[in-house]
Amino acid sequence: MPTEETRRKAREIIARYPVPRSALLPMLHLVQAEEGYVSPAGIAFCAEELHLTKAQVAAVATFYTMYKRRPVGEYLVSVCTNTMCGVLGGNRTFEALSEHLGVGHDQTTVDGRITLEHAECLAACDYAPVLTVNYEFFDQVDAEAGLDIVKRLQDGERPQPTRGAPLREFKEIELLLAGFPDERPGAVAAGPAGAPTLAGARLAEEQGVSVPGFDPSTPIVPNAPAPEGGLKAGSTEPEAGTRKTTPPPAVDVPKKEA
Amino acid sequence: MSVLTPVLTKRWLSPDAWRLETYERLDGYTALRKALAAQPDELIQLVKDSGLRGRGGAGFPTGLKWSFIPQGDGKPHYLVVNADEGEPGTCKDVPLMMADPHALIEGIVIASYAIRANFAAIYVRGEVVHAIRRLRHAVAEAYAAGYLGKDILGSGFDLDVVVHAGAGAYICGEETALLDSLEGYRGQPRLKPPFPATHGLYSSPTVVNNVETIASVPYIVLGGADWWKSMGTEKSPGPKLYSISGRVKNPGQYECSLGTTLRELLDLAGGMKDGHELKFWTPGGSSTPMLTAEHLDVPLDFEGAAAAGSMLGTTAVMVFSGHDDPVYAAYRFTEFYAHESCGKCTPCREGNYWMVRTLRRILSGAGTPQDLDTLLDTCDNIFGRSFCALGDGATSSIVSSLKYFKQDYLDYIEGRTPPVFSPEATELVGAH
Repeated sequence: MPTEETRRKAREIIARYPVPRSALLPMLHLVQAEEGYVSPAGIAFCAEELHLTKAQVAAVATFYTMYKRRPVGEYLVSVCTNTMCGVLGGNRTFEALSEHLGVGHDQTTVDGRITLEHAECLAACDYAPVLTVNYEFFDQVDAEAGLDIVKRLQDGERPQPTRGAPLREFKEIELLLAGFPDERPGAVAAGPAGAPTLAGARLAEEQGVSVPGFDPSTPIVPNAPAPEGGLKAGSTEPEAGTRKTTPPPAVDVPKKEA
Repeated sequence: MSVLTPVLTKRWLSPDAWRLETYERLDGYTALRKALAAQPDELIQLVKDSGLRGRGGAGFPTGLKWSFIPQGDGKPHYLVVNADEGEPGTCKDVPLMMADPHALIEGIVIASYAIRANFAAIYVRGEVVHAIRRLRHAVAEAYAAGYLGKDILGSGFDLDVVVHAGAGAYICGEETALLDSLEGYRGQPRLKPPFPATHGLYSSPTVVNNVETIASVPYIVLGGADWWKSMGTEKSPGPKLYSISGRVKNPGQYECSLGTTLRELLDLAGGMKDGHELKFWTPGGSSTPMLTAEHLDVPLDFEGAAAAGSMLGTTAVMVFSGHDDPVYAAYRFTEFYAHESCGKCTPCREGNYWMVRTLRRILSGAGTPQDLDTLLDTCDNIFGRSFCALGDGATSSIVSSLKYFKQDYLDYIEGRTPPVFSPEATELVGAH
């Protein structure tokens, strides 16, 4: 049964929206944060808080892939097997993990710790093939690397995702999806942009390419006089408005932090 | 002259640009100050003049969309950002939200001010928790600094922003399905008209725009419409994030002038991987018909891709080589559409279900030449016969692969290519 804390959180979510029912998807994530799946009690809880019927809530919950109808393990391992990841190795990775864990799609190991699924496109084709653990990305993972990740999870380790924050349990990540911040120090900063993300920007920098003619004091209404003394820029950049031809924002590489 | 146009991606090279402090140091929120000093209608006109077209795939003129919002109607207005990136191949919005989330937020405040909205939602697909974490942090920073909330920068304009995580449904990238989902329902498309501009979120006037579209707005506000039009082509102006994946040496995000060709993109990406020769590719994700090596010089803007018999889509350029099988690719895309069809329209729901089975039979070596007719016939019955574009998109890879690679299908049917699936797979098949 939902705790008082969960009830308080649900009401906090509801208050964020102009119409209460918009809180239903986040609340179903909240239910998974407490129960590890969308339980019958969780459905009743959402129905009660939003003045819906249980059938209305269940109809929504069963539509979406991320709402699980059986308890998920500590770790949900999702292997992308859509076309690009699949042909670049994702299919073999899924088969290898399936054989190693002794489970198929949407099944959980006997010890209840790891749930395996094949995922549809995870919007990371430039990092293909990818898999996620509790929705944190491991990029360019072949079958061998995938097996290594899963074996380490089984050994009680938490391998570091390529782009996300340090791993947490499935229930904990569902709390983030429900709309609550990840307050672990360094969590937001974790996951530097990889080479594919920066490929074009780096190339432009190497080649000294920028788009000419950018003037931030260009009037919004054409032929209107520019504001006196140029555009008033942010206080930390007092000269921005006085430049006549300014390239788009300069690159700022901060000093290495200790 | 280089085709690269680093505008939206420029700030990505600063590893801390996601922090407000760094963003502000790199001219962040100067466009907002400039915009708040202007009249909302002047901003709508500016975006119209810039020729900015939606970056989510359809390419609808953004300023025109904003101008459809009725003013003085007494109803609340809403801005909804479509960050439900999920079209196979597409991978541009997640890196943008990771590297530069404040650019999106700044664009949201400007767009909301222009259309007179006081509530905006960013609908992000749930599977990208790293981006959600960054966005939530950036929104909290923007509130604390007075860029969101009440009386933004003393302008009297109020705006609340919610970062809303989806739950794994590709269909919610369709704007009306997204709105239903955001209202707490199953994500199923609505019949249009009425359009979201008059009957959107909670049946009120709503603009739904893609992440890249909204993130472009601050640059247009700063640099002006003429500068924006100095990039791209006449009908498709501006820079565009081309996402190159697959059999190339350096896959990734390449921001180029709209109208860049695959030949130029491959050059930027270091060429094909060693031992690979281009066989087929998509200009903009799995819903855009496949093209071949014949189309290396097609200008990839909205008009050029259409003239070549495809679509620009989301400029998700998936590159496949002779090591890849267009029949398997079409099958796997179709399996995706069958899984993601919301089930509302019979042609899409049933058609994709059967096409998966027909393709599976072909890939099992048990197909017949009639199966190819069945596939095309089914595509005919899906295309244009569903509420939304998911059904249309589902037919793209099948029709285009049959057009260019019919021989590859026949090689399975006539036994020259070894089957991908075991014969048991055919037991599932019962088409015609």
